[in-house]
Parts: sequence; structure tokens; C-alpha cells
Amino acid sequence: MTGLSPQLRFDGFVVGGANRLAATAARAVAESPGAGYNPLFIYAKPGLGKTHLLMAIGHAARAIDPALVVEYMTLDDFVEAYHTAVGAGQGETYRRRFVEAGLVLLDDVQFLTQRRETQAELIRLIDQMQSAGRQIVLTSDRPPSEIEALDERLLRRVGGGLVIDIAAPDYETRVAILRRKAEERGVVFASGVLEAIGALAIDNVRELLGALNRLVAFQAVSDAPLDAAQARLLLGVRGPAPDAPPMGLPAGGDGATPALAVPAAARGPQSEPAADEFGAFLSEVADTLTRQVEQWRRRTEEAILRWEGEGFRVDRLRALLAHELDSDPGAAIAGYERDVERLRELEREARGLSEDLAGSAVFRNPDDLTAAEAALAGAREGTAPPPAPEALWSLDDLVESEGNRLALRSARHVVESPTAETNPLVVIGGAGVGKTHLLHGLGNALLTRPGAVVACQGAQDFVAELIEAIERDRVGVFRNRYRRVTAFLLDDVQLIAGKERTQEELFLLFNHLHERGVQMAFTSSVPLKAMSGVEPRLISRLKGGLLVELPPPERVVCHAVTDRLLTARFGKADPELVSYLAGRPVESVRALQGLVQRVVAAADGHHVEPTAALAREVIEGVTSRPARPADAPRSSGVVAGTSGGSRSREKMVWDWPDAPERIAEEWR
Amino acid sequence: MPLVNFTTREITCKIVYYGPGRSGKTTNLQYIYGRVPEGRRGRMVSLATQSDRTLFFDFLPIDLGSISGFSTRFQLYTVPGQVYYNATRKLVLQGADGVVFVADSQARRYDDNLESLQNLQENLLAQGVDVRALPLVYQYNKQDLPRDLILSHVELDDALNFRSVKSFGADCLHGHGVFETLKGISELVLKRLAAGSPAA
Repeated sequence: MTGLSPQLRFDGFVVGGANRLAATAARAVAESPGAGYNPLFIYAKPGLGKTHLLMAIGHAARAIDPALVVEYMTLDDFVEAYHTAVGAGQGETYRRRFVEAGLVLLDDVQFLTQRRETQAELIRLIDQMQSAGRQIVLTSDRPPSEIEALDERLLRRVGGGLVIDIAAPDYETRVAILRRKAEERGVVFASGVLEAIGALAIDNVRELLGALNRLVAFQAVSDAPLDAAQARLLLGVRGPAPDAPPMGLPAGGDGATPALAVPAAARGPQSEPAADEFGAFLSEVADTLTRQVEQWRRRTEEAILRWEGEGFRVDRLRALLAHELDSDPGAAIAGYERDVERLRELEREARGLSEDLAGSAVFRNPDDLTAAEAALAGAREGTAPPPAPEALWSLDDLVESEGNRLALRSARHVVESPTAETNPLVVIGGAGVGKTHLLHGLGNALLTRPGAVVACQGAQDFVAELIEAIERDRVGVFRNRYRRVTAFLLDDVQLIAGKERTQEELFLLFNHLHERGVQMAFTSSVPLKAMSGVEPRLISRLKGGLLVELPPPERVVCHAVTDRLLTARFGKADPELVSYLAGRPVESVRALQGLVQRVVAAADGHHVEPTAALAREVIEGVTSRPARPADAPRSSGVVAGTSGGSRSREKMVWDWPDAPERIAEEWR
Repeated sequence: MPLVNFTTREITCKIVYYGPGRSGKTTNLQYIYGRVPEGRRGRMVSLATQSDRTLFFDFLPIDLGSISGFSTRFQLYTVPGQVYYNATRKLVLQGADGVVFVADSQARRYDDNLESLQNLQENLLAQGVDVRALPLVYQYNKQDLPRDLILSHVELDDALNFRSVKSFGADCLHGHGVFETLKGISELVLKRLAAGSPAA
């Protein structure tokens, strides 16, 4: 026996005029299953006892014949079990289950509507049960004829048994039911109370019991017994809303349950659904949604207040409001805040590179991140290392002589212990005397300091860089680039003459660096007092440091330079050649280097070692010169040509190509 | 998260009725369908098996009209309750903005309810949905049945509602609790619109 509630038996079923016939038929079926009304079809409105009666049949039949197999199920169970069995390929097994049952109780068959497959299965079941003399009982909330789209064959088979209804209980039955239930629960009501309930137009037993539950609960929490008037008041149809029992009144079925154990549907006739449920639902949804939309608006306004207060442009957020939130406000605000955060990152980095950029408006506009990123890129470029000194030049390579001693020692002093007196160091000297070498050598020496950033370049490059910065509107970057150096060395400063903007920038840079104690050094081929086209304020600042002169190379310097050049080329140097070359009258080291190169080239051309004789031939243009008479007049080396005029032997070409080669060359 | 299209100014909420077989999910939708004015409801699509069980799903679109400038639509779905249709359940559950768990109040369906609830949680987890964050309400259907056959609201809450979310007693056949449930889940779903970023 399956699914039978032990409480639902005949002895708990109150029989009245409205259900007497049904109860009698049910008892008859229980006492002799399959013998009389088969199938028995009981129908009634909800809450009038169909299920109670159905289960009571099962209990009674089992009480009479304990071996009887009773199957109780709702139609939904029936369908579900069948469906599962068929799905598992066990359809026949399922059918045999009912063949073995002596009594089948099927509840709520009104759900057969539109279920043709189920109806067919039910027809088959009824036929089997009837033919085997076994009983089947069906219940429904409506008569078979009112079950929509019920198969005609099923209708005929049901009609062949007994179709009986349960009407709403009359007053007497209602009162009897109430008394029975009150007695079962051990509750005693004052005279007239149950009658008062029975007098109410409650035609559903379940609702009637619900009303009783409320009275039981109310009396349980009341000091005095409930009277009829209070009962009516409590259960009045026009009383409190069905879903909201009086405060403090437990609505549960047993009076001890504090919450709604029985839903609205089971608590009384006044709990019918509202007429316009959809309207009420719509109204509630509209309220909720309106609040949410307002919340979006409020969040947007809050974001505007916050970010505007922090100095950021909020055009994007204002547009969101102005266009009635035409884009996702949450995403828009989140996107805006991401951009603000990005701006902050950019600004942080930019500030580290240049204080000038701190607080710049470009970092306050989240709608133009590109501009902010460009500003940062500019700042980064501004921090790119400025032109460094040429690595091949070193102070150690310079040969010290009496003439350049001051300049060299000043440079070394600057490297070892810079003082305000040596800043700036200004080296004056002619072209090719070694100013550039000295400057780059100084720069390389300064570079060895930890964290050193040494700018070392010619004035022409400095001017060119400024012009480019002006063209690209990045003078700020240009300035930043030089303002972060630890040493600033400028070669040939005389070349800024006439370049007013460069002088302006150099003046500003000079002041900035000088104020920071950054070492500076300048070279010039023009004495400062003779320098024209340069602003006096700049010249006066150059004069404020240490001025040293670098004279033309002395013999000792020339000797050392020549020896170094020849040794580097041939691994050794002919002392006579070195002596000869070092003794040539030159104005600069560069000129001496030219002489050496010419001699070396001639030696290579003749595949011979360079010698003093070869040098004389190359430089003076004589293959063998008779020893000059002691009393002969001294010559400058310039000889008179045969065609008149004069020419320098040093500028003559001694090795002319052959004629055919020359012609071919000219025809190319 | 409910689909909010700010460009077309539309809000679409997908609500899935979940629960064991025969607990009343389709009945919920049928009742709602019967109460929604014709002009506001779409065609209810119901795909049932030959044996009348929901095979795929039921689908009921409801147009709530323009609210605060947003054209608002609800899409109500049911899942097939039978255990072996889990693939369909997973499919229907995808993108759900809220879930109504329709439990069968009958005491004998206690295990079925638990099994279905566990199945719901498994399927949500499999889809990477945080079960705790998804709007969920319980509906205890068939509370109109005799007290002896059913578990009370409190008992069902104890058994199923361990997250203490909203729960509603119902008798879907007669409509009791149907719209209350729908209101409950709608409120939770719509509140999520502004709880965080709608697009998140």
C-alpha cells in the first residue's frame, strides 16, 4: 500500500447530507472491492473531502483484507511513473504493477485534459481492472463530462460505474465537522462559537478547518475564552485582509506554529487572489525599477560631484545625465574612473620626470588620455640621456707641457675636487690645439662618478637641437633634458654668437645648473673679450669661473704626439723621423697629424718604411738636398716656380698618375 | 545580470522556474498567462512530451511597457523537472537573472525537492554562477492540500531554505501565491540593476 495518509480514515470523515451518498458508496467499495461500483468516480470542489474519502477506502479495504494490494496515487504520479518506466524501457513492468493491485485509487484525474497518451493508458488500466474483478476509484474536481478533451471511450467506461459528487456541507454538517475537529484537538469553545463559524458561508471543509485553526490559535493566546461575537469579528468576511491576520495571531494549523504554515489559499474565503493581479504586479515592478533608475542617476551625480571636486573634467558624466542615461551608467562611471586612475598614474610618473608637469591641466581631462600620454612621452624624452662625451678621448692621453699645464691641471682638479671657483671652466685656444679633446676627456672623467649624467657636445649641435625643439613645440622637453645633468660641457661656445634664442636658453640653463652646483665647462676659439654677438650677461657668467688658455702645441707635445701616431701605425717610431716631424712649425696638433698622415701615405705608396728623408721629400719637395751652406740664407720652404709666381712645396702633388689613367679618369 | 540595453532603452529579465517534476512550474506560468492582458503577453511556448510532461521548457514573454523610459520585458521559463532532462535544464538556466524554486509541499516529495535543489546548485556552479549572488526565491506549492499530506511553510523553509531567502506558500492551480512569488523574484532581480555595474 502506498501513499495513504494514516489520518484520513472513515472514522474521521464527518458524514452529512451533502456527502452521505459518496460516503456510503465509498464504504461499499472498501468492503467489497470490484464487486459493485467499478469504477467509482467521486467528484467535488476542492476542500470537500475527495482525497479523504479516497484514502479512507484504501485503509478500510486493507483493514478487511490485509493481503490486498492497494495503490494510491495522484494522476501526476501516475503519469510520472509511467513516463519514467517508458523512458527506462520498463513500460510492461509498470503495467504489471497495476495488474497485481486489488484496489487502485487515482486522485485528481481532472488533469487528464489534453493528455491523450495518459487517457489511453488509463482506459487500458480500467479494462484490466474490471476484467480481473479488481476495483478502481477515481476522484476529480469536476464531473467526467466537464474534463476537457476527455476521450469518449474513457467517458463511457467511467459512466459505466458510479459517478457521484460531494456537495458543500450544510450548516449542520459544518457544525458537526467543527465539533469533531475541536474535540480531536482537545479545545473547548464557549457555547455558540462553533455554531457561529458554521453559520458563515464557508462551503469548503478545508477553509472551514482553517477558520477553526484561527479561533483555536486566538483562544490559546487569549486570557478569556472566545465568545461568538468575537469569533464572528475574527472571521468576518469583511474583516482583516486574508494575507494579513491580526497582529500576534498565529496562523498555523496547530496554533503553535508562528508562521504561515497554511497559505492564503487554505485560510479562508477572503483569500481569493486579487482581481487585477497583473496590474498590482506591474505597479510594484514599476516602483522598483523607477527606484533603480533613480539610483543610477544618483550614482552619476555623485560621481560628478566627486571628480569635479578633485579637479577633473566631468563632461563625459554630464553628457550621460543630459542624454537620460543613454549608455550603461555603471559601465560609464567605471570607465571614467579607470581613465582618471590612468591620468593619475601618468601624472605621477610625469611629476617624477619634471616638476613643471605636476598639476598640468592635461592630466585632468579623462576624455583626452592621448594628450596626457603625449605629455608624459615628452617628459620621458626630456629625461633621455643628453649627448655624452666621445669615449675615445681621455685626459690621460693629453701630453702635458708648460703651455697647457694650467688647462690640464684645472681639468683634473675639476674632476677630483670641483669648487665654485672652477665652475665654469672655460678653455680658450685656437683651432686644433686640443680643446675638444680636453673637454671630452674631462667629460669622460666626470662620467666615472656614480649617477653622473654628463652632457658634452658642440655648440652647433646644441643650437640645432633647440631649433628642432622649437619646431616641435617641445622646448620644455629640451630644457628638462639638460636640467637634470650632473655636468654640462659645451664645445666652441663662440658659435652661439648671433643666436639670441640659444643664448637665452643657455643663460637660463647656466643659472639653473650653477644654482645646483652642477659643473660646467666651455671651450672657445675666440677669447671672451673678443667675442662679439654674445650677450654680455652670458659672457660675464663665463668669466665668473676659471679661464685657461690652451696654446699651440709645443715641441714636446708634438714629439709625443708624433711618436704615438707612428708607434700606433708601425709598432715603432724612427727617432730621426719623430724629431723631424715634431720640429715642423705647426699651429695645432691637428696640423701635425696631417703631416704625419702625409708621410705615412707616401711610405705606403712606395712600400717603404717612413724615414726622415722621405718626410723631407714629402714635405719639402726635395729628393736630396745639398747641405745648406752655413752662410746661405734661410728659406721658408716656398720656392719660386719657373713660370713665375710662387707655390708651396707642401701643396704639390708628387706622384701624378700615368697619362692614360688620367685620360680615362677624365672621360668617366 | 538583467540585460539592460541603454541604446535601445530596453531591460530584459530572464526568470527561470526550477523544481522537481510535477511541482507546478508550468502551472505557475499558465496562471500568469491567464492574468496578463493579451496585449502584454507573447505566445506561451510549451514543449511537452507525448506523455504530457514538459520536455524542453515553457517560455512566456511578458511586456511590462515603458517604465522610467525603459521598455521592460520579462521572460519566464520553466525547466523540465524530470531527472534525466538535465541537459535541457542547464540550457534553460544559462543567463538566468533569477530563479524561482518551486517545491512540492507534499511530504512524500521531500526527497525530490532536495534532489532538485542540489541539481540547481550543481548546474549553476557548472556555469560559473555564484549561487549566493543569484536572486532566488522559494515557492512551496500545493499548500492547499490536506495538512496531513504536506509539510508546512516553516518545515519546508527548514528543509530547503537554508539561505533564508524569500519564500512563498502557494496554490498555483487557483493562483494563490503565484504573483506574490513573481513579485518577490522581480524585486530581487531589478534591485541588482543598481546594486553594481549593470554591465558587469
